[in-house]
Amino acid sequence: MKRYMILLVMLLMPLTAHALTAEEVVKKSQEAFFFQGKDFKARVVMKLISKGGQERVRELTMLRKNYGASGGEQKYFMYFYQPADVKDMTFMVYKYPAKDDDRWLFVPAINMVRRIAAQDKSSSFVGSDFTYEDVSGRDIEDDTHEIVKEEKLGANDCFVIKSTPKKADVDYSYKLSWIDKGNFLPLKDEYYDKKGELSRVFNAEEIKDVKGFPTVTKRIMKNLLSGHRTETTFIKTDYNIGIEDNLFSERFLKQPPKKWTE
Amino acid sequence: MRSSQESGARSQELKDKSLIICVLCSVLCVLSFSYSYASDISIHGFVQGNYSVDTTASNPDGKDFKWAEERIQLKLDASKDPFHLFLKTDAFYDHIDDASHLELREGYADFTSSSWDTRIGRQIITWGLGDLIFINDVFPKDYEAFFSGRPLEYLKKGIDGIKISMYPSVASAELIIIPFFEPNNFPDRKRFHMFDPMPLVTEREEENPAITIENTEIAFRVYRDVAGYDASLYYYRGFFRQPSMLPDSMTSPTKIDLVYPELSVYGASIQGRALDGVLSLEAGYYDSREDRDGTDPMTPNSQAKLLVGYQRQMWEDFTIGLQYYGEYMDDYSEYEENLPSGFPQEKRFHQLASVRLTQFLVHQTLRLSFFSFYSPSNDDYLLNPEVKYNFSDSVWAAVGANVFGGGDEWDQFGSLDENDNVYVQVRYEF
Repeated sequence: MKRYMILLVMLLMPLTAHALTAEEVVKKSQEAFFFQGKDFKARVVMKLISKGGQERVRELTMLRKNYGASGGEQKYFMYFYQPADVKDMTFMVYKYPAKDDDRWLFVPAINMVRRIAAQDKSSSFVGSDFTYEDVSGRDIEDDTHEIVKEEKLGANDCFVIKSTPKKADVDYSYKLSWIDKGNFLPLKDEYYDKKGELSRVFNAEEIKDVKGFPTVTKRIMKNLLSGHRTETTFIKTDYNIGIEDNLFSERFLKQPPKKWTE
Repeated sequence: MRSSQESGARSQELKDKSLIICVLCSVLCVLSFSYSYASDISIHGFVQGNYSVDTTASNPDGKDFKWAEERIQLKLDASKDPFHLFLKTDAFYDHIDDASHLELREGYADFTSSSWDTRIGRQIITWGLGDLIFINDVFPKDYEAFFSGRPLEYLKKGIDGIKISMYPSVASAELIIIPFFEPNNFPDRKRFHMFDPMPLVTEREEENPAITIENTEIAFRVYRDVAGYDASLYYYRGFFRQPSMLPDSMTSPTKIDLVYPELSVYGASIQGRALDGVLSLEAGYYDSREDRDGTDPMTPNSQAKLLVGYQRQMWEDFTIGLQYYGEYMDDYSEYEENLPSGFPQEKRFHQLASVRLTQFLVHQTLRLSFFSFYSPSNDDYLLNPEVKYNFSDSVWAAVGANVFGGGDEWDQFGSLDENDNVYVQVRYEF
């Protein structure tokens, strides 16, 4: 009997002994957070709330399609409803791994499509506390990752990953991420500034199952230095909806199809 | 020759009114139709105040404002696949002329199918890559709006015509057919001090090209992605939108006709990521069909035009845009030989450089911007600083200035030297 036990333990060894590396955890997390499904759609409502409580609303439909494997090329199409001065504007991003994005903006008042310069991925997205990278992901190779500990966050077992940018191309010196061991979604991120002080905090407030994909449908990014925060809600979230390739074109930037913007 | 800012056509209410009535009727039809079929209808718009005060000299007619108006704009959208109807109408009260106006900014119907689209009616079309420099954007502009400190969208005027867009796999294409000629709008002589080579001849008559099949303007653009760059080819057959002066006699003129000579344009552009920014190249050849040998001094000679633009984000929410533009006149010696004495002589090679700096602050609700043109060949300039703040999601205000100077009194910006102004725009959008 003892012999069988040893055999069983030996059989199980490869499974238990191969713990995930920090890079693997981050890769799985990006897969779960930015790359799920073949394509994805959400109506995004962002509330930008100042320290004094003044609220501004940014509302858009975001459509995303993957090209190739997780971590590969993606295309984004966004259509804005609010505020009034950007209503009917559309925005398109071709996102490449390890290369600057291509971005186009359509300005309906003068019926013009214009490419826009997009070097700084740590820029604020539509004035919110989220950056472009927070919205569409950051290349794994841009940071060094280490598992600093494993702990529970609420009821969830998490890896705590420290990601340190290799270059000083962002306004934080490192980030701590609490990544759910079950679904690999980031439940909390803490950004530490150059002085080592906690500057921004991300919290996944609500996670829903959409077509079998666990999805963060409510999230908050709070800037502790300014007191400003952004609450983002995803409504009408869906996956694998058959977004056509030709959506990502000048034609549909100028005339976004009703079926996607309703 | 350049007879800039010579057009008298300030507004076209009559034409607009009939068009508005026409479009309103069709909108009502569509509305009643679509109501019964529960299509999408939305109404948006804004209320705006826009004032621009002289800072260097009063207007030629003694008034002190370049622009002073309250305006309401209504945008109506109705759609029922595969149709879409859009109407953008402005009503405004002009305090300088003490008059109210109704203006149809855009009014068109779209039909969309899987591989082609059609748009019929008054529509704004923007082509080319320039920032306030237009080579292949051959469509009408309102320069008075731009120089008076009105919101930038008023620089563009709609065309009355048909646009057919096609999307075969090899490339996309747009064909624009414009039966009704629309000239550029240049600053009003009562409001702007400008150079006039024949100031004593006050009798002037504007002659638009007749509405005929032969005079129908055609514009064609083919575009596609080429190795990650956006590439376009352009063709236009129509007319210059800036009038030429045709005096009844060169020696003792009593009357000047303002005419729009025939023009064809052949052009190309390419834009893409380069040098850590966005690089734009655009070129065009202006074939002056009525003066191909360059001997008629009253009609512009043919010209080759080139634009190089570069835009880069330097740090968060700060963007710099640089442009260089050159314009080379064909048959320059013929032009020189035939230019009547006393007329200012244009340079063979006209150059223009521009810089645009934009910084967003306070969660992109405050925008500081600076735009400037400078001509290395003529030494004249335009400066346009502006501050815009969004007080809330529906209210914004902008304060800015237009400062002109340098060069000679007949140069593009030198001629506007006495027209410096400070402007305010306040808008509530709904």
